[in-house]
Amino acid sequence: MQQIINFLIRYKTFLLYILLLLISFVFTFQSHSYHQSKLLNSANYVTGSIYKFSDNFTSYFGLREENESLLKENELLRYQLYNETPYAPPTDSSNVTYTVVRGNVVKNSFSRQRNYITIDKGSADSIEQDMGVITDKGILGIVENASNGFASVQSILNEKSKINAKIKNSNHFGSLVWDAKKYTTVQLIDIPRQAPLTIGDTIVTGASSSIFPENIPIGTISKFDLDISKSFYVLDIALFNDMTNVKNVYVIKNLNRPEILKLEAKTQADDQ
Amino acid sequence: MISNSFFIITLRFTLLLLVQILVFNRLDFFGFINPLVYILFVYWYPIKENRTTFIVLSFLLGLCVDIFSDTLAINAAATGTIAYFRPVLMRFVFGVNYEFQSFKLNNSTKAQQITFLALLIIVHHLTYFTLEIFSFTNSLLILQKTMLIGLATLVLCLLFISLFSIKKE
Repeated sequence: MQQIINFLIRYKTFLLYILLLLISFVFTFQSHSYHQSKLLNSANYVTGSIYKFSDNFTSYFGLREENESLLKENELLRYQLYNETPYAPPTDSSNVTYTVVRGNVVKNSFSRQRNYITIDKGSADSIEQDMGVITDKGILGIVENASNGFASVQSILNEKSKINAKIKNSNHFGSLVWDAKKYTTVQLIDIPRQAPLTIGDTIVTGASSSIFPENIPIGTISKFDLDISKSFYVLDIALFNDMTNVKNVYVIKNLNRPEILKLEAKTQADDQ
Repeated sequence: MISNSFFIITLRFTLLLLVQILVFNRLDFFGFINPLVYILFVYWYPIKENRTTFIVLSFLLGLCVDIFSDTLAINAAATGTIAYFRPVLMRFVFGVNYEFQSFKLNNSTKAQQITFLALLIIVHHLTYFTLEIFSFTNSLLILQKTMLIGLATLVLCLLFISLFSIKKE
């Protein structure tokens, strides 16, 4: 017993180091395979408030560009509004499938392997996990965690991100992933070999996602190649969004999602 | 005297954390170079202090940076590692000298200081990027990032050191 205690005292720094290292490894491996930690992320109260405070200063520098891009978007929406006849505002809430909440980016990152964006809307604005986030130009990511006033968004520039997407004119669909190399390019995989492809084709979100509405723009094909099995294409997609410069975002909630998930779970349970 | 050094360490901890997350984490020079200057905490920490507190504090600083940048526990592991290996590195750079009571970092030569800092940065960045990228097929990428970002960190750390050094009369 005495010897064990002596041993512990003699090597206490080493043991402490090993303990701390183990703790950090547990966190690291968890973040490789699961959702990020519920509490320890950049969307909790303290971290969110500090980012918000600094954003209050830095946001002034981009006001002119922001204004310009919002005006452009308004122009587009007005165009769609006037050309859609007869126009009737949705008064009956049972017909509404998607609701939209606007928000601001308070922290952005794009140079790591797993990038997260923090926005200044949280569960107080009824934002929850697995809601889609887009900008006026295209998709941005999926809400991963929400605290009361903030939410952290798993960017499409994240190794773990996997989003259903399709080619706009042929409706062939695949999965949108990121190889962590360039922040302007993501990859679309699992497109069958017989799909007709042209460089410059537009890629949009697919219909089988219960998170994003169909036909939200993502980017254009910049390169395509067959994968190792020679039966599927791997496409490089140049994003419409400049991921280094995002400010105003919209969070989309699919009101039918619980129903879809329930149905899918039931089908799977019946199968077994 | 104790309260004084405690105050300085707390202040250093907070300021380095804020500088790291608010300035250097969004630098994105060439799209990927974000220097990790907060490891100056390990470089500046008093030599004669209790090692246990030192390792725990460094680990906590790394963990705080992690929470802010959503890279849970990579920074903490890397900073804990350099905090643990600091005595080994110091013995390597300064020889047995550093074990004397009178030894001070400011009294050593410039070359020794830079070597010490560079070694800290290399060990830290190597651990950091190994854990972040986490695949042996990408070892070249790990080395490349360690070199480039380590160089940026070294330059900025040297600037910070010369900015906040106490002038010799």
